[in-house]
Amino acid sequence: MSQDLKDALQNADPANIATINFGPTHPSTHGIFQNILKVDGEKIISSEQTVGYIHRAFEKLAERRPYNQITPITDRLNYCSSPINNIGWEMTVEKLIGVDIPKRVQYMRVIIMELARIADHLICNSVIGVDAGALTSFFYPFPEREKIYELYEELSGARLTTNVGRIGGFERDFNPLFHQKLKSFLKTFPKAFEEFDSMLARNRIFMDRTKGAGPISAERALSYSFSGPNLRAAGVDYDVRVMSPYSSYEDFDFIVPVGVNGDTYDRFMVRQEEIRQSLRIIEQAYNNLPEGDYKADLPDFYLPPKADVYNNMEALIYHFKIVMGETELPVGEVYHAVEGGNGELGYYLISDGGRTPYRLQFRRPCFIYYQAYPEMIKGMPISDAVLTLSSINVIAGELDA
Amino acid sequence: MDKKNNQDYLAAIQAAFSADVLAHEETFGILNVEISTAKIHDVIAWLQQEPSLSVNYLTNIAGIHYPEAAGREFAVVYQLHSWKNNVRLRIKGYLPKEDLHIATITNLFAGANWMERETYDFFGIIFDGHPDLRRILNMDDMDYFPMRKEYVLEDATREDKDDRFFGRNNNEL
Repeated sequence: MSQDLKDALQNADPANIATINFGPTHPSTHGIFQNILKVDGEKIISSEQTVGYIHRAFEKLAERRPYNQITPITDRLNYCSSPINNIGWEMTVEKLIGVDIPKRVQYMRVIIMELARIADHLICNSVIGVDAGALTSFFYPFPEREKIYELYEELSGARLTTNVGRIGGFERDFNPLFHQKLKSFLKTFPKAFEEFDSMLARNRIFMDRTKGAGPISAERALSYSFSGPNLRAAGVDYDVRVMSPYSSYEDFDFIVPVGVNGDTYDRFMVRQEEIRQSLRIIEQAYNNLPEGDYKADLPDFYLPPKADVYNNMEALIYHFKIVMGETELPVGEVYHAVEGGNGELGYYLISDGGRTPYRLQFRRPCFIYYQAYPEMIKGMPISDAVLTLSSINVIAGELDA
Repeated sequence: MDKKNNQDYLAAIQAAFSADVLAHEETFGILNVEISTAKIHDVIAWLQQEPSLSVNYLTNIAGIHYPEAAGREFAVVYQLHSWKNNVRLRIKGYLPKEDLHIATITNLFAGANWMERETYDFFGIIFDGHPDLRRILNMDDMDYFPMRKEYVLEDATREDKDDRFFGRNNNEL
C-alpha cells in the first residue's frame, strides 16, 4: 500500500464513509455473490464477501449417486468449461479402478479439454473488455465460441452442460461432421482471434484501464493457494498439465505463459497466450490422432449395444446392473487434478467399495482464490474492483458448488 | 537435481516427529501420514519451512465423517504439495466427536481461511485461532452440520436408493 493511500485511509472522516452493496445481482458480478464495500468517495476501504447463493450441496449429492451419475453434477461447477470438469472426474474414477485408457481416447480428451479452455478464456477475456467499456470486443469472438459449442453438440448432444465422455472413454467416436467442423474451426479461429486480440491487447485505453488494477504479488498468490491463469499472471509458472501430466499432455509441445505484475492486464494477456497455446495443442493432437477405439475395454461401465439388450439376456442383465450402479469398485482414496479453466481442479474421492463415493470433495479453484479479492481491491476505485472481479473469472457455479 | 520421493518425506517426518506419526500408507502414489491432532499445525509449519522438503502449496482441506469409528469420528485431511520435489502428501488428523477442536493453519497459508470455514460449515469442526470462523456456503442460522452422515438427503423415501443397496449398512445411525 502506498503512503498516500495509508494517509488517505487514516485521515478518512467517518462521516464520509459509505457502505454500498456490490452484488448479489450486479451486471458485473457475472453470477450471484455479494460484496459489501466500505468506500470513502471512490476508494474502497474494506470489503466483505458473502458467497453460497447458489450452493447446491454437490458433495452431499455425490454421496448418494452412482459414479456415472456424478458426471452431470460436475457440469455445473465451472459451466464455461464443463468438458474439463467431466473428464477430470472420469479420470479420477479411472485412477481408482486402474484402467488403461487407449491413446486415441487420451488425444480425443485433450482436444475436447483444450477446446473448452479456449471457450472459457474467450468468455473471460471478452468480459474484461465489456467491464472496461468495450462492448464490441465481446461480440467478435462469439461466432468462434459458437463453433466450439457446435463441436460439443456433435460429440455429446449438449452445448453447455455437456456430460461429455464416460468412465473409460467417450460414448461415441468423432463423427464425420465433427471432423469437418473441427478442421474449419482450426482454419478460421486464428484470424478471428487475432482480430479480437488486436482490439484490446495494445489498445491504449484498455491498457491504461487494466494496468495496475487489482494486482497481487506472487508470494501472496501462493499463500492464497492460487492456481491457473491468475497465479501465472503473478509470475509463477505452475500448470498441472506440466507438473503432473495426465491424458498424455507430456506428448505435446506448448509453453506456459507467465505475467509479471499479477494485475488485470497480465491476467488478460496470460489468458490470451494460453488460447494460442491451446490451439497449438489441439493441432498437434488432431494431426497425430492415433487409430483405435474410442473407449477402453470396460464392460462394467459401458452399456451394451441396444440391439444386444433387446435380444440377449446377458446383455439385458448388464444393462440393468450398470444403470443401477451395481458395479464392484475397489476401496481407496484418490486425488486427481486437472488444469481447469481457472486452475487446479481436483477431485478427492474416498471409496468404501459401495456404489456411491463415501466422500467426494471438489477442489474448486474459484472458491479458493476468491477469498483474496478484498486484499486485491483495497484502496482501488470501484471501477477497478469491477475489472478485477471479471479478470479473476469467478464462476458462481464453481465458487458455491 | 535429486528429487525427493515419498519415502524421503516419510523418513524425514518420522525423524523429526517420531512420537506423533501414528500411521502411514501410500495410496495411488500419494503419501498419507496420520499425525496426532495436537501436533498437526507444528508438522505443517515444519514441512513448509524445511528447505529440503519445501512444502509450499496447500492444495485443500477436507473433512470426513466416520460415524462408526469410536473416538475418531471426524477426520481433517490436509493435502499439501511440494513443487520443488513434485510430491503431494496428505496429513490426516482424527478427532473424537466430543472434542472437535484443531489448530488453525491460517497463519501458515492465507488460503486456509475459507477452506477451514467450509470444513466448519459442513462438519462442525472448530479451528482454534481462526480469525473469522463462520459458515460460508450455508445460511448463518442453520443449526446443524449437513455433511455429517446422520443427515440423509431428502429422497430417503425412495427405496431404490436405500443404503442397503449401496454396499453398506448404516441405517442404524
